[in-house]
Amino acid sequence: MPESVLNILVVGIGGQGVMTAAEMLARTALSQGYDVKKTEVAGMAQRGGVVSSHVRFGPKVYSPQINPGEADLLIGFEVAESLRWLPYLRLTGVAMVNTLRIAPPVVSVGLYDYPADPIGELAAAGIEVHAFDAGAIAGELGNLKLVNTIMLGAISDHLPFPAEILKANIVEGFRAYKPKLADINAQAFDAGREAGHVKTLSDRPAANA
Amino acid sequence: MNAVVNAQIESRHLLSGNEAVARAAWEAGVRVAAAYPGTPATEILENLALYPDIHSEWSVNEKVAVEVAIGASLAGSRALAAMKHVGMNVASDAFMTQSLAGVVGGLIIVVADDVGLSSSQNEQDSRYWGRFGHMPILEPADSQEAYQMVKRAFALSEEYEAPVIVRMTTRVCHVKAMVIIEGDRIERHAAGFQKNPQRWVMTPANAKPRLPVMHERDRKLRELSETIDLNAASTGSDRRIGFVTSGPAFMHLRETFPNAPVLKLGFSHPAPLDKIRDFAAQVDTLVVVEETEPLLETEIRAAGLAVRGKDILPRFGELAPSVLRPAIKPLLGEPYPVPARSQTDIFPRPPTMCASCPHLGPYFALSHIRNLNIIGDIGCYTLGAGHPWNALDTCISMGASLSMAHGMDKGRGESDAKKSIVAVIGDSTFLHMGMQGLLNMIYNRGNITVLLLDNRSVGMTGGQENPGTGQDLHGLPAPRVDFAKLVEALGVRPERIRLVDPYELPTMVKLVREETKMAEPSVIITNRPCSLTDRFEHLKPYTVIDDKCTGCGNCIDLGCPAIFVARRETVTAKNGKSKELVFARIDNNACTGCHMCVETCAPEAIIQPQPQLKDRVIRIQPHA
Repeated sequence: MPESVLNILVVGIGGQGVMTAAEMLARTALSQGYDVKKTEVAGMAQRGGVVSSHVRFGPKVYSPQINPGEADLLIGFEVAESLRWLPYLRLTGVAMVNTLRIAPPVVSVGLYDYPADPIGELAAAGIEVHAFDAGAIAGELGNLKLVNTIMLGAISDHLPFPAEILKANIVEGFRAYKPKLADINAQAFDAGREAGHVKTLSDRPAANA
Repeated sequence: MNAVVNAQIESRHLLSGNEAVARAAWEAGVRVAAAYPGTPATEILENLALYPDIHSEWSVNEKVAVEVAIGASLAGSRALAAMKHVGMNVASDAFMTQSLAGVVGGLIIVVADDVGLSSSQNEQDSRYWGRFGHMPILEPADSQEAYQMVKRAFALSEEYEAPVIVRMTTRVCHVKAMVIIEGDRIERHAAGFQKNPQRWVMTPANAKPRLPVMHERDRKLRELSETIDLNAASTGSDRRIGFVTSGPAFMHLRETFPNAPVLKLGFSHPAPLDKIRDFAAQVDTLVVVEETEPLLETEIRAAGLAVRGKDILPRFGELAPSVLRPAIKPLLGEPYPVPARSQTDIFPRPPTMCASCPHLGPYFALSHIRNLNIIGDIGCYTLGAGHPWNALDTCISMGASLSMAHGMDKGRGESDAKKSIVAVIGDSTFLHMGMQGLLNMIYNRGNITVLLLDNRSVGMTGGQENPGTGQDLHGLPAPRVDFAKLVEALGVRPERIRLVDPYELPTMVKLVREETKMAEPSVIITNRPCSLTDRFEHLKPYTVIDDKCTGCGNCIDLGCPAIFVARRETVTAKNGKSKELVFARIDNNACTGCHMCVETCAPEAIIQPQPQLKDRVIRIQPHA
């Protein structure tokens, strides 16, 4: 077991499954014998707002909160949200980013602009960026709700325990409560894991960004 | 959640603070639990509801919840009331006197302070209530402590015959952390109510002799505070600063200054001043780290000790490591790490009403009618103050809309002469504390127009039940209040009680116009359920025919998050002025087919590609 605490920040928009993904990471870490804390900043219980979930695990965890500049991993379910939380990532951090763009009404009606090239900005910040279209993979597999499992698959090789353990926890969860979805989630995990292996380089404009 | 209910003894679980409170209360043999929903405390009762051997209920407000718990305690049962911080203001009338009379069965009040205002109208430090009401306070720092302290609180309450406050904060309630489940439920015998008028009938003659008893209890609790294991100092290798702290601030402190001595007060009121004095003697500088007000700090200073606290730390918000470092490192003459990257400048995502939200119709109407003062209340409809409606002018406390509107009517100023005054309130808030304001307004011959937005749920906290929904906390059928009959009974004339489908925009606008012009009070009651609850019927999404869209933007004014601007075009109108056209589209994944936007579209550009119920949705009858 590593001596230090691993800090994972999962970010996105209310309703995307950010908290579910964070819960899965936290439960798996607990099953591996770590002390775990998970906390959310969800704001008012409304859809469409910014959601960030902090997951910390290690031999002993005190504060549940990740400080700016101290996240080891950033899992972004939406691309502008990934950029919003960039200051929380370590200089040497890894960002796993879904290239989905969701503009809120305040952008849609013209009060604010959506960033032109968020992936480019992330890559230019010197961190390790892995950006891919999780929605497209989910679409190919036939269920848009698979994005959650795809993102977990993508980050699974950056964790201090084998990816297979996270996968097994996810698949077993489905087998217990929604058995019909177990196999497709196993596929989604593998597809996400493969997509997550590709690094997005800073000198290359990212696809779909 | 079921994992908590079925947890085996000697097992490790990932539980939120709220889940841990529920499990501990069940183990402690609690028999009655009551609450009104409020972030961040709501899940305490939702979890207690999963245990069949407890009477758990949504009470209509926090005062009622505490009184229910008091009654159970007097019958000899262990009882719990839970609420968010502002609920304590409502409940205080009951517990301020019950603290004087005392308790029989263990009585605990779990209060959740929304430190940092994630979903509240203010930030309050509920530890004041312990001092004000002579009640001891336990302050858990995480889920494990919440689990242990709730069990301790019941025992303490019975031993000292005092209600005990368990003070949580958002950062305990909603953090999931490891909890080691240690026990099973211990059933407790309830002796039944023992009549004793001198004790339980708080007339002046009976209450007066209780005062010295209560002060003696305070003295004993202060002695306990000096010896109880919940107040423990950890020695640290770096004695330049010693910290006194309580609640989740302890965790942030341990994280930030792992080598400093810390005196952690789990039993924070009455404070162990002798213990603090001994601790202070072992360190160079004593610093109090408490969320949010300087309560311990003031008491420690009054005891004659030199102490730092709110002179260097903020008096509001969470004391996270990112706050503690820059405040305390300078005392040590040490640099602190500054985040390497500055904040990114990204658009905001303000919380917004949902697609098909039944509040969209009323706010569309309110935003299209001039000369209104719109007095709001606590609920999702408070969002009407935001874009694009800008149709809510005040919000302070539960039920305030009706009484404030009445006062504004009676105290009309110059600029209000031609204005109509509207109160906007939801079903649950109306039943919580709004009815009294309506009764008062009618009785005192006021004239306001009330929009009673009945979405059959406590929406903002996640769709809980209330006496207007027809179901109880357990989802079982329950008697359902008839709002029309209720407001009539309070004195509104039947002609002025208007039931309306909020999706019928033209009717909605017409009704608000008509009723605000009336020379007598009226109540407009809407009848569509919250679109996030099971009562809402999802229909097939609508779509915009691009060729037919004229760019008028009327549908955008609805504020539905499923409608977005596809493109803009600036054209020159006949009068020579330039005009911006906005062409709309509907997000297929977000639209639930409520048809409200169809009513805004003159060129009939919004259609349902696959009509499923003739060509329109089923119109529900008012209160069918």
